[in-house]
Amino acid sequence: MDSAPDGSPPTATRTLLLWCPDWPITAALREHSLEADAALALVAKGEVFACSPAARQDGVRRGLRVREAQARCPHLICLPYDPDLDQRSFEPVTAAVEAILPGVQVLRPGLCAVRAKGPSRYYGSEEKMASVVFTTLAAIGLTDVRIGIADGLFAAEQAARVAEETDDADAPLCIIPPGRSPWFLSTFPLDVLDQPKLAVLLRRLGIRSLGDWAALEAADVRNRFGEEGALAHRMASGIDSAAVVPRVPPPQLDTTVDFEPPLVRIDQLAFAFRMSAEAFVGRLRGAGLVCTVLRVVLSSDSGEVSERTWQHPRWFDADDVVDRVRWQLQGGRNADSGLSSGITRVHVDPVTVEDLGDHADGLWGTGPDESVHSGLARIQSMLGHGAVLTAIIAGGRLLADRRVYIPWGDAAPGSAGTLPRDRNLPWPGRLPGPVPATVFAEPVPAVVLDAAGNGVDVDGRGVLSADPAFFSAGRNTGPRWPVQSWAGPWPITERWWDPGGRVLNRFQLVDPSGSAWLFLLEDHRWWAEATYD
Amino acid sequence: MTPPAAGALEQDEPSFSGSGASGPRLVTAPSPGSLPADLQQRINQMQASRLDSKRLPTVPALARILPGGGLQSGGSYSVRNSAALAMALLAGPSAQGAWCGVVGLPEFSVEAAREFGINLDRLILVPAPGAQWLTVTAALVDVVSVVLTRAPEHLAPTDTARLKARLRQRGAAMITLGSWQQSDSTLGVAESVWEGLGSGRGHLRARRMKITATHPSGRSRHAYLWLADLQHGLRDPAGGRLPAGDGTPDSADGGDPLFWPTLMNS
Repeated sequence: MDSAPDGSPPTATRTLLLWCPDWPITAALREHSLEADAALALVAKGEVFACSPAARQDGVRRGLRVREAQARCPHLICLPYDPDLDQRSFEPVTAAVEAILPGVQVLRPGLCAVRAKGPSRYYGSEEKMASVVFTTLAAIGLTDVRIGIADGLFAAEQAARVAEETDDADAPLCIIPPGRSPWFLSTFPLDVLDQPKLAVLLRRLGIRSLGDWAALEAADVRNRFGEEGALAHRMASGIDSAAVVPRVPPPQLDTTVDFEPPLVRIDQLAFAFRMSAEAFVGRLRGAGLVCTVLRVVLSSDSGEVSERTWQHPRWFDADDVVDRVRWQLQGGRNADSGLSSGITRVHVDPVTVEDLGDHADGLWGTGPDESVHSGLARIQSMLGHGAVLTAIIAGGRLLADRRVYIPWGDAAPGSAGTLPRDRNLPWPGRLPGPVPATVFAEPVPAVVLDAAGNGVDVDGRGVLSADPAFFSAGRNTGPRWPVQSWAGPWPITERWWDPGGRVLNRFQLVDPSGSAWLFLLEDHRWWAEATYD
Repeated sequence: MTPPAAGALEQDEPSFSGSGASGPRLVTAPSPGSLPADLQQRINQMQASRLDSKRLPTVPALARILPGGGLQSGGSYSVRNSAALAMALLAGPSAQGAWCGVVGLPEFSVEAAREFGINLDRLILVPAPGAQWLTVTAALVDVVSVVLTRAPEHLAPTDTARLKARLRQRGAAMITLGSWQQSDSTLGVAESVWEGLGSGRGHLRARRMKITATHPSGRSRHAYLWLADLQHGLRDPAGGRLPAGDGTPDSADGGDPLFWPTLMNS
């Protein structure tokens, strides 16, 4: 916008740059409500991505392996790095700045820029403008903020980074007077350009600072180093042409409802929330969007916060939103049961929105699957989200481990990407032959006796005490069936190094009527795992 | 397509010797023979397509003993003592892309269901409907083609009649494990023998079963089957056709002296 017409020298926009150092750490500390001086490290791909000042004092550095970091700082709290959290938690900061200065550009979470010319005239001077920003951010609980004001984005960023070394601890501010940016930048090393290859090359040519680099003739630089070099040259010369592009504040799509006094009954809450849910869906519809993933945050009277992300196989309408809020509240309980403490606030946030056009119904509907979905959603609203399931088959040795239930709507049926265990791995010890048609949800207690009527057992070396001759299965000692044919013991030793591992023996038994059973012997006790009925 | 070919052959017939003409006759003989059977089958199907008796795809091994030659939409069936048999009944519609629902059976083994050819992407499980069994089953009947359930012990006759009417209206079939008063047929495993297991050796490999289907009138039919017949029953016709399709060129190559000369003569 300030790009000068050809002929006159290009000028840079007067820019205010706001920098919150270690924003991922600040965001994580706030999200998990940790102490400000906690030793915290955010981990991405097994390496430390960011660490708090306390951790840094103990020698934790970015790029360190987690184990090494934990060795250096034993009380280190490690959390996974969540880029979405950065974005999300920076949003209130942006909104607060937007309320006092128009046209904020978010460069990345923790770093935003504003054109300084207009606001500084409004507030009287640049210092006054900066102090207004400091007080505004302090009001939302953000004190560790640095501000740099200079000509151009690049110079302002460097000024903000220098600001921490200035004396004023309360308001770290660095203002470079208009026209002095080239002078200010001239002493910086080449590394701040963030172009390592170019920096190495220039150093070999004997150029060591931005001042040396800026002293070269612009036309020569362009001829020798191309467009990229010319850009770096302009940045070093303090005539950064990157204008501040203010963001358009996004439409407010999330919805928050406060309840005063707190509501203690789920049906009350569902009733009270319905209007807001309809307005929420209506607003999305107005923006030409539909929501496919939703985050519900519930705050209760006693200070608990329950947060959960819900997916939907199609998209949420108002009933679905109310259902999700209800399900999250009731957990496994009934719809009419009371809550442990009253709910004071419900916040619903669309995590993923998609274009309405992609989800519109076809002229003749979108086939039978739609009716299946609405029918199942009805059952879910009766019984709860986890009552209607689809199943996928995972890997494992025990039959109960091999089936994985997914609540309807949580993931596309048949998507195996989220499985904890891969079915295609060998799984030594899994069952050969046909799969039993009935696998008990909980193993059923059973009894196996030898011909003399004594219990059959397997010793530590896997030797059977006697051949099984009679068996029964069921809670009460039912009829005893003679064993016609049998096989076993087939030992299974799962995770012997882990206290949660299991050591058991498997048997197949067939009675004279031709019904076959799969039995487990674990810790000297018999269980029926499954039956081939 | 067959009649013009046959006509063309018959037109050609006088110009060749009698021995040469016998070849084409042999080749075309099966199609007029099977034609009445085909027609009869089509007539049967059209006669059977009354409102309440559209047929759902069924495993052939079971279709033979079920009344009406297969699962009827709107029908209800009970399976006495075998979850495997119930799965085999589900497998037919599921393999054709129908949605299936399983209500109140937490011990239903989805892995076995997959072995039977049930499409798990279109299988809905409601393991614990609790006290709302009837509502849930009725809601599922609205949206899926086959519902497998364990009947509750006490159900008012009016509720049973209403569920039955809902089934007929929606064209869905219901299979219950355990007895169900108004079932169209009751299936059960009467005899069963396992193979592959000795005393302390081997593992279960194959199962030979006698399956009975009892009509409410007391008439019953039975069939002797291998478990594998139920599991691969759906793949069998396709599998049966494929070797036949491959076999024809093979036998033509192998049987050069027998058939090819006569065909080329004609």
